[in-house]
Amino acid sequence: MRTLTFYFQVHQPFRLKPYRFFDIGEDHYYWNDYLNRNVIRKVAQKCYLPMNSLLLELIQRYEGRFKVAFSISGTFLDQMEAYAPDVLESFQRLVATGHVELLNETYSHSLAALKSKEEFASLVRKHQERIKTLFNGYSPSVFRNTELIYSDQIGAMVEGLGFKGILTEGAKHILGWKSPNYVYSNALKPNLKVLLKNFRLSDDIAFRFGDKTWGDFPLTTTKFVSWLNALPKEEPVVNLFMDYETFGEHQWAETGIFDFMRHLPETVFTQSNFTFATPSEVLATLPAVGSIHVPTPISWADEERDLTAWLGNDMQDEAFDRLYELEKKIRKVKDPELLRDWEYLQTSDHFYYICTKFFSDGSVHEYFSPYDTPYDAFINYMNVLSDFILRVDTHLKNSA
Amino acid sequence: MKVLMFGWEFPPHISGGLGTACYGLIQGMNVHKQEVIFVVPKLWGDEEPVADFVNASGVTIDYRERRFKKLWKNLTYLEVNSYLVPYLGPQEFKKYTDYALHDRTDVAESIFSTNYQFSGKYGKNLMEEVSRYALVGAQIARDRSDFAIIHAHDWLAYPAGIAAKEISGKPLVVHVHATEYDRSGESVNFPVFEIERAGMHAADHVVAVSQLTKNICVRKYGIPPEKITVLHNAVLDASIIKSSFQKKVPEKIVTFLGRITYQKGPEYFVEAAKKVIERDPNVRFVMAGSGDLLNKMVDRVAELRMGTKFHFTGFLKGDDVDHMYAISDVYVMPSVSEPFGIAPLEAVRHNTPVIISKQSGVAEVLNNAIKIDFWDVDAMADAIFGLLHYQSIARMFTELGADELKKLKWEHVAAKLVTVYEKTLAQRA
Repeated sequence: MRTLTFYFQVHQPFRLKPYRFFDIGEDHYYWNDYLNRNVIRKVAQKCYLPMNSLLLELIQRYEGRFKVAFSISGTFLDQMEAYAPDVLESFQRLVATGHVELLNETYSHSLAALKSKEEFASLVRKHQERIKTLFNGYSPSVFRNTELIYSDQIGAMVEGLGFKGILTEGAKHILGWKSPNYVYSNALKPNLKVLLKNFRLSDDIAFRFGDKTWGDFPLTTTKFVSWLNALPKEEPVVNLFMDYETFGEHQWAETGIFDFMRHLPETVFTQSNFTFATPSEVLATLPAVGSIHVPTPISWADEERDLTAWLGNDMQDEAFDRLYELEKKIRKVKDPELLRDWEYLQTSDHFYYICTKFFSDGSVHEYFSPYDTPYDAFINYMNVLSDFILRVDTHLKNSA
Repeated sequence: MKVLMFGWEFPPHISGGLGTACYGLIQGMNVHKQEVIFVVPKLWGDEEPVADFVNASGVTIDYRERRFKKLWKNLTYLEVNSYLVPYLGPQEFKKYTDYALHDRTDVAESIFSTNYQFSGKYGKNLMEEVSRYALVGAQIARDRSDFAIIHAHDWLAYPAGIAAKEISGKPLVVHVHATEYDRSGESVNFPVFEIERAGMHAADHVVAVSQLTKNICVRKYGIPPEKITVLHNAVLDASIIKSSFQKKVPEKIVTFLGRITYQKGPEYFVEAAKKVIERDPNVRFVMAGSGDLLNKMVDRVAELRMGTKFHFTGFLKGDDVDHMYAISDVYVMPSVSEPFGIAPLEAVRHNTPVIISKQSGVAEVLNNAIKIDFWDVDAMADAIFGLLHYQSIARMFTELGADELKKLKWEHVAAKLVTVYEKTLAQRA
């Protein structure tokens, strides 16, 4: 028996409003409510609502033989509560079927794993609590870090928080001759199992599906299943990890992406010996074949599969360092609004907007950014951060 | 005496200091009962009626005039189809050349039409507009005879001045508000340089806005010093502005306000900021404005790790400019080459002490300011630190600076200009 594991990332950041120098010291509300609401409503119509109802239909039709996993970021949960209760309800219905697994991540989709163990643990706990509250006491047992960022150290940290497994990218440069289609274990803590994304098959759906210049266009379920069948027989698991917005937003409905998903389970069941499983089911049934060594962090972004989409240029490093410099002071802060802003400011998207890798993956970056240039993104973020620093200092002075 | 003046912009439709200077000068001329015919490429209709305005877009060219054909031949050095366009950053330049190479087919026809609509801006058809403006100058000089002397402001209007002189035979004064060497350093835009050189040589007399500018005219353009008179700019209003706008941050604010281009020396301000912040964390630096070096400055600020203390506002207009001056504790103008530079005087009006580079014309008239070499970032940092911490100098500067301002009046400038006209006419006779 071989398994196919679908995991979808659901995330939207709290985008900043245009925040001017003159606002520093005066205006303490940073979030672009109008834009954030519009984005989530638009994507709800194109993706979240139709895709959730399709998944529910498939789960019911195959009586649990079809299943998927989600990681829903805390910023997305908060925005659903505020702007899209209908979407939240449809996710709750899916989870209630018992055939949908929820993964744990950092509450604010943050890069804290790279900087602070304490902050990381605090954000993981907060995400757990949010899921428990919103999904009828649900408690995740598998972890996925922001943007699938992973290293041996991060894995060890996650194991320390009590998780059985973690998801990451099957990056070529760490796998070498190895195949992503096995279960591996963390190099420092063998108890933590590692599931690797099969990026070729995942990206065939997520990136290439609607690309008419692609040699294999159009992608049919028969073609896709024939590729699954062509994999070496002894490889037990194929991990298809992608952004949930693939369905209807990155690949428009007109490309036939919904029809592809509607028919995929049927083709898998009739034309292959694959079944669907969630990450925790895979971890419970399959042993690790060996450990995987990842001394420097990897991610699922861009051609490089490294951290350079978020960190590395001077502006990104400056913004990142100035933010986390505040951590010690934040530990003494009790004000809920300050703490909320602290968490939302950590969202990785803010650093992604400051990326200057224009010439290779720039088009993807531009698509996701509300700013004209990375320079605008930096200026705006730093203005907000400057005000935030002032607020933290004033708060601590007043409460001392 | 009646003067035929050629300008390029006029308040309220201005993008730089040129229009404001022309406005001040005309105000001054009116005090002395001198009449001015003022030609601009485009009139918007809301200009204050201080002169006899002529809208170049409304002038019809009579191509039967043979002398115009000859003029046009001489104007071909403007290279109407030239891809060299001043005032464009690299990205705009690429957009322009793409457009010029692929989409543009209309040049030759429109320039010879009898009526031509000027944009009056500094856009992609600038060279075409400048040469067309020259033909308008010729037409006006042919139609009117009620002026004694011609006066052209900056290179955009020099070809018009030259043409008017050729048709009318009346003397020409060119007014140098800036040169290509100020704008571009040593990497000058050659067609612009050529127009400037031709204008200064064709002129009977040259007016420069500072000794600094006069020196450039002598050294770079080969104009004999005795043919140049220095007339410093003045201010329209020397009153002190009491703004009620309050600063929202506890730190002191040091400001750079201007175009973020080579000429204004923004990089020296950034380096000096770093030196000050290392000593005194209780300061914020603000770079207000936009320009082709903006992104480079943002990068450098990030590299120096002072992003939470050094802020960028983008282009400011209207009240925001006043607010910026009002909340500044020190104003710095580190220009590499500034023919005059009116901004520091605006800072003085807001009671803000100023630091200006020795390479600016305003340094010749403003005594109560700290003057440094633009490249000397240590001296700049010292001066900033001093003005922030030693209140007595700052107080002295603001008190005495206000008195100095009152002496800078456009009517004084106009009086000297009339003398220049009289001498020029006398030389002719």
